[in-house]
Amino acid sequence: MKPTRHVVRSYHTGTTLWAVEVEGVTKTFSLNESGSLVQRLRGRAQSRTVHALRAVSFTIRPREIFGVLGPNGSGKSTLIRILSTLIIPDEGQARVFGHDVVREDLAVKRLINRVSVEAAFFKKLSPVENLLYGARLYGLSGREARERIYAILRRLGVRESSYTRPMEEMSRGMQQKVAIARAFLTSPVLLLLDEPTTGLDPRSKREVQALVRELRETHDATIILTTHDMNEAEALCDRIAILDEGRIVALDTPEALKARVARPGVVPTMEDVFLALTGKQLNDRGDVLSPATSTR
Amino acid sequence: MWATLQHELRASYAFVERNIHLVRRYMGWEMVWFTYSLATTLSIAYIGKAMEYIGHAEVDTDYLVLYLVIGTLVWRFLAFLFHDISEMVQWERWEGTIEYTLMAPIHRITQMLGQTFFAVLHGAVFTSAIALAIILLFDISLTRSNVFGAVLVLFAGSLSFIGMGIMASILPLLFPERGVQMTNVAEALLLLFSGIYYPIHVLPKWMQLIARVSPATYVLQGMRATLLQGASTRSILPVVGLLILWGFGMIGGGLWAFRRAELYAKRTGRLKRNG
Repeated sequence: MKPTRHVVRSYHTGTTLWAVEVEGVTKTFSLNESGSLVQRLRGRAQSRTVHALRAVSFTIRPREIFGVLGPNGSGKSTLIRILSTLIIPDEGQARVFGHDVVREDLAVKRLINRVSVEAAFFKKLSPVENLLYGARLYGLSGREARERIYAILRRLGVRESSYTRPMEEMSRGMQQKVAIARAFLTSPVLLLLDEPTTGLDPRSKREVQALVRELRETHDATIILTTHDMNEAEALCDRIAILDEGRIVALDTPEALKARVARPGVVPTMEDVFLALTGKQLNDRGDVLSPATSTR
Repeated sequence: MWATLQHELRASYAFVERNIHLVRRYMGWEMVWFTYSLATTLSIAYIGKAMEYIGHAEVDTDYLVLYLVIGTLVWRFLAFLFHDISEMVQWERWEGTIEYTLMAPIHRITQMLGQTFFAVLHGAVFTSAIALAIILLFDISLTRSNVFGAVLVLFAGSLSFIGMGIMASILPLLFPERGVQMTNVAEALLLLFSGIYYPIHVLPKWMQLIARVSPATYVLQGMRATLLQGASTRSILPVVGLLILWGFGMIGGGLWAFRRAELYAKRTGRLKRNG
């Protein structure tokens, strides 16, 4: 699973080589079904329609760190799940190195890995047992997997005494590091990071951010990072798409986004950019502040 | 070709190894479940031994005990298969790892093979331990039995339970909260209708009709014919053939249905941890 092999075979559009192409992707969910099972089966249950993504389009170059910035419920995770082959879009197409995420899902799965906001593991199993399971699913032999696992865990600063203890005994920060190790283990050419630093303490956050940069430098990986942390997006991303209510309202480099809202004598922050483009302000958890609680 | 096969075999082994690790980590619960199963099995066997005293009539106690023991051991093994396979989605939903497993670059049949291999291993070890306890406590003779024929029937019948397990595993995929409840109800109904502890002709007519479409009914009839009456392997071949055909049909149907359910879950966003 060498990244270069996939890059060589990747997709060309004219002279441009795209790692990711998303064209007019739309996704709607029916939520909060109420009523009995009988009512549901008879189609008489009440449901609420949520437009998670509305005709979203963008392209990403290989080795780019692409940020998707938006509040909770803006469609960030749905977008990541579509690229992860876990959700099928209602309309539009998404391709990873030229492979359609719906029709060629197996080819896409070989190229990607994902870190989600929740460090999803078998909690009674140890980090080594969990990672061994993950590595074998990607075709690594036991010996090769163990060598990589110990090297990555050491690199991530996971204490050796934790290697064989249940995950549930580890802190949230440590669990998230193991989640990152799981994604690194398979050397993905496209890494999907869905709010990987949410809930981490400042030190763990910085460590994860350093790892993201390192992954791009050492593995030639393309990275999509969703976040509601403006500083993180600005610090890590080459370009940022601002997603609001399922629509991309702006997409550019952090500098260009700032230039859009700049006023004479004032250097805008990413928060200013977000406020100017969406009319919304977020709290630390990524929720939209209501006008009453807003400080502005 | 070889590289692809090697990849799929390694991925398949991932499920076996992971489940062995889980069994080791949950050993306390394994022991609880083993004790409960052993106590239930022995209680049923003692009912057979007590029939002369309870019914005030002459009964071939050894025959009756073996009749009941065959039922309870076969059911224990088949239920293990059904459970371990049908719960493969539920375990992962519970732990929150379902998306990671479904995101892995493997064919679904690879996952099913690994899960099935583990289920057979798990069920065989568990059932053998209970069988050993019964042999130690009861005077059971298999000198007139056709053990090879019995194993053949059990193997053939296992295929249907693997297929049913795959079909049942869809329920937690489609109904995140109610799915596992439905699976348990399905298992209980199989126990009732399949003549595990009694011949199905003692059931009401409408229940007998259902019993005739349960593969467990034929597994038990075949097992009892070979172990109690010493039926020859040749004489049970039609039943074995029927069970194999039935089994492959159910496995094929289960894989097809699982694929459809997975696509449905991906279209409706039901793979998410909390549904």
